[in-house]
Amino acid sequence: MSILKNWRQNIIYLGFVVIFVFFAITLGHKGFLESTNLLNIVRQTAMISVMAVAMTYVLSAGEIDLSIGAVAGLSSVATAMGMDVGGVLFGIVCGLATGAFVGAINGALTTRIGIPSFLTTLAMMGIAKGTSMWISSTKAVPILSDGYIWLFGGGNIGPIPVLLFWTLVATAIGHVVLRKTTFGRWVLATGGGETAARYSGINTASIKFRVLIISSMAAAIAGMLYAGRFQTGRFQLGEGDELSVIAAAVLGGTSLFGGKGSVVGSIIGALMIGLINNGLILAGLEFSQQLIARGAIIILAVAISQNRKA
Amino acid sequence: MNTAAADSVPAVRLTGVSKSFGGVRALNDVNLEVKAGEIHALLGGNGAGKSTVLKILRGVHKPDAGRVEVFGHLLSEHTPDESTRAGIAMIFQEMSLVPTLTVAQNIFLNQEIKTELGLLDDRQAVEKSRTLFKALDVDVDPEALAGDLGAGQRQLTEIVKAISRKARVLILDEPSTALSAHDVERLFTFLRKLKSEGVGIIYVSHRMDEIMRIADRATIFRDGRHVLTAPLSELSLEKVIEVVVGGQSRGLSGIERENTKQDTVLLELRHVSGMLKPVDASLKLHAGEVIGIAGLLGSGRSAIARLLFGLDQKNSGEILVDGKVVEITSPKAAIALGLALIPEDRLRQGVIIEHSVANNLALSVIDRISRWGFTKGKAFQGLADKHISELKVKTASANSPVRTLSGGNQQKVVLGKWLASDPRVIILDEPTAGIDIGSKSEIIMLVRQLARQGKAVIIISSELNELLSACDRILVMADGHITRDIARTELDAPGEDVSDLQYAERALQKLLQEMPGNV
Repeated sequence: MSILKNWRQNIIYLGFVVIFVFFAITLGHKGFLESTNLLNIVRQTAMISVMAVAMTYVLSAGEIDLSIGAVAGLSSVATAMGMDVGGVLFGIVCGLATGAFVGAINGALTTRIGIPSFLTTLAMMGIAKGTSMWISSTKAVPILSDGYIWLFGGGNIGPIPVLLFWTLVATAIGHVVLRKTTFGRWVLATGGGETAARYSGINTASIKFRVLIISSMAAAIAGMLYAGRFQTGRFQLGEGDELSVIAAAVLGGTSLFGGKGSVVGSIIGALMIGLINNGLILAGLEFSQQLIARGAIIILAVAISQNRKA
Repeated sequence: MNTAAADSVPAVRLTGVSKSFGGVRALNDVNLEVKAGEIHALLGGNGAGKSTVLKILRGVHKPDAGRVEVFGHLLSEHTPDESTRAGIAMIFQEMSLVPTLTVAQNIFLNQEIKTELGLLDDRQAVEKSRTLFKALDVDVDPEALAGDLGAGQRQLTEIVKAISRKARVLILDEPSTALSAHDVERLFTFLRKLKSEGVGIIYVSHRMDEIMRIADRATIFRDGRHVLTAPLSELSLEKVIEVVVGGQSRGLSGIERENTKQDTVLLELRHVSGMLKPVDASLKLHAGEVIGIAGLLGSGRSAIARLLFGLDQKNSGEILVDGKVVEITSPKAAIALGLALIPEDRLRQGVIIEHSVANNLALSVIDRISRWGFTKGKAFQGLADKHISELKVKTASANSPVRTLSGGNQQKVVLGKWLASDPRVIILDEPTAGIDIGSKSEIIMLVRQLARQGKAVIIISSELNELLSACDRILVMADGHITRDIARTELDAPGEDVSDLQYAERALQKLLQEMPGNV
């Protein structure tokens, strides 16, 4: 019983290795194993990874956040425009403030008025996207600061991309807070049994409010990383990321029903999705075929990793 | 503990407590004293005021008048928070544990043990839980997930959790419902240990055999008044039942039960067992007959209804409708066979509360009054008007939402909804829960009228007087088994006024109690 359970919980690590080995054998001659390609996978998935860490908290608390992709786009635009007006620091403040503001609205609507987060954030997705299109007149806003570009996505320390450090920092903080602090424990308690958590004196509304803020802030940071990597703020950045992020978290063993979450698992899930994308491109599949293959692989992996509930 | 102080100051003292809801007096000048280091049973029938007392102690309700003291400390705010601070803990049915956390994590939830760095120290939490369990002689693995525990272990964990939070007054409301006989034994050993450490324990249960074994003293309420407090050694089962039932017949005595039983057997169960309950249940139900199912909480009295209506699946045995063996796999199949279930929780399962009376009445026959997917307005209105007048539903109009009706009238709408589909066997689960005495007798008279029309009715109820005034035959259930099958007339007082409900109620209560649920 416990072996079977562990087997399911750890399937993500096994799956990661299997897919890696499969691509290494079949695509080795196309440069899959070259360090530039592998570091590229890290670069491409860093934003998904950062958002997946936060999504682990949201799902663990029994909520969901669908607005993150659109918020990332909005924050990239806000950062670029802010930088245009008031310099690098002001741009960064604009990006972070965007995340805090959207998160506070999501949280307030969900916990005060009681609209399910599924609906709140679905509506917010449209609002955030509309806002970023509107303020940028749907144009790309260029970023000229070399320092910003280096720190937020473009830079390397030796051969190591800066984006890897962002991923590692997000993972480390996310993991320790979820496993080793009262906040993390209360998030898991809120999602695992809200009534019980409340009877134990935990303010579950406040917990939900806070995870939605964290999620939006992480999305804003992801948007700023996109902006740095592509040297521009654009409303399309991050589009559709919410699905990859939720898939990454669920692949990593986080329950959609709350109460169970693993930050490390989510990161492995994100890397696995990056791995699949990369492999499919190297294999020469067309974009349309990539979409189908990726969807099928994710469904398969999630189906295997989920504990079937009656 | 400090025995001198514990002896003189009672753990709980209620003085002159009254509480009304709307115009209804739930508690009337009630006194209650629970000593430190005693197990005090709270007894009384439905609506006696037990749960109101518990909720006042827990800080959920605020008394209209009177004093509540806990170990000499007078409660003033009457909030759950204040009650917790005063040391009162109430064990809810599986309410205070998070299933996805471990036992140790649950025990220390919101009072987590931390390292010097301020990080959680789960290892120490496990150690401390283990010590706690050992000191209290409880065998639970602190590292197991709470969701993987059995009902008994879960309950013990909840109590340990409360005790670890310095609870000095423990309230247990029907704690043994989900427990096996073995688990009940462990619970009792544990409670005796807590008692010896000076904890005041309030124990509410319908199972008199348990009360007799575990409690030191008992207080009996009836109709919101304190009737009696006495040591268990001075109380016999007969005496308790007599006091609980009391002297009034509650307006149900006058209902006539003419014999309308026909020879045709509409429904028959042959050795039917469900997944857990019922076990090997057999019964025969004739046209024009009303039978009642009585049993304590958890006896499986509702399980039969769920099985018959296709909500649960049977494991073995045969169900016969009209003499033919049938498989009832879904409520749809049950309806097609002419069965109707009027569920216990009428607001959630029985009616759509925001919809109009007419809409609700038409719900189960919507195909019959529709053509090509459109409802026929006239047939619809006609059906509604017919049922409203037949059932004497008091409503402003057929188009008022059900929400605006009183409890009794809502129940009549539920009944009407099912009668519209013209069922032959009607199962009522707790048909009069929470409705006033007037509507209660109207509903019972309606049941008798259905029997006269040749329908067969099963009533499942915890209110004995209701069963006694409505049914021709009463089945008693305990632990999933049908243990008795008695004709209503057998319960009448010999040679006396046959409409004497109290005598019958006492007799039936005794039958319920004489077989302890745990074999």
